[in-house]
Amino acid sequence: MSYLYAAYIATWAIHICYLAYLLRRYARLRAQIEELKRER
Amino acid sequence: MKRVFPILAILTAVLLTYGLYGALIAAPTEKTMGDVQRIFYYHVPSAWTAFTFFFLNLVASVVYLLRRNPKADALALAAAEVGVVFCTVVLVTGPIWARPVWGIWWTWDLRLTLTLVLWLIYVSYLVLRRFSSSGQTPVLAAVLAIFGALDVPLVYFSIWFFRTQHPQPVIGGGGSIDPRMLHVLLINWAAFSCFAILVCWSRYHLEVLSREVEETQALESLLESGSPR
Repeated sequence: MSYLYAAYIATWAIHICYLAYLLRRYARLRAQIEELKRER
Repeated sequence: MKRVFPILAILTAVLLTYGLYGALIAAPTEKTMGDVQRIFYYHVPSAWTAFTFFFLNLVASVVYLLRRNPKADALALAAAEVGVVFCTVVLVTGPIWARPVWGIWWTWDLRLTLTLVLWLIYVSYLVLRRFSSSGQTPVLAAVLAIFGALDVPLVYFSIWFFRTQHPQPVIGGGGSIDPRMLHVLLINWAAFSCFAILVCWSRYHLEVLSREVEETQALESLLESGSPR
């Protein structure tokens, strides 16, 4: 059973890491857009 | 897509929950391997999803080479990233399943090796996209994507034409599967496909937006350097 849970946990850990990477990039992009707006 | 996104997100959540319930509880226990066989419900759909997104990457890359459409290039990049994520899941869950069943984590079997090569090709694709600043990068990446896609049918058909450690296909390859297991497998495939579409669309949107921001920043700095002081 531990192998089964390890596989499922690993799957979601990989997906969550990728989603976190996307969210971080979105946040950085939003900050850049705000900065551009302020400069104008 | 903006209107469809929340509906697809809800559908994905429902399918993933139902798929998890089916995989861990509803599906019958396989006689030889026992409960560890339930890894199948995440391993196989992840492989199918990875193949689908590598195919999408190929189509977008060919469209980019033919029309030089930057949106096709952005879609190719998004599809490759999603494909690599799902291929990583396959390469991680495979050895976790192999250890209790075969007694080993890894073997240089044809299918396993070709899958690793496939993953390495697309990781190289992403590294090229990330670190090359040449104007020709999208063209080089599109050509690499075409060569990478050639490995997908090799991975898929390797167990049809060669004797490998990896089991024979249960669908379309002469094997059989319990209808309840097939149902859970297809639900999980639908769930991961919907999830992958959502993630791919988000990544595509992010790429298009970041390119627009980069262009605006470049234009602003040009205007600043050209303005009288």
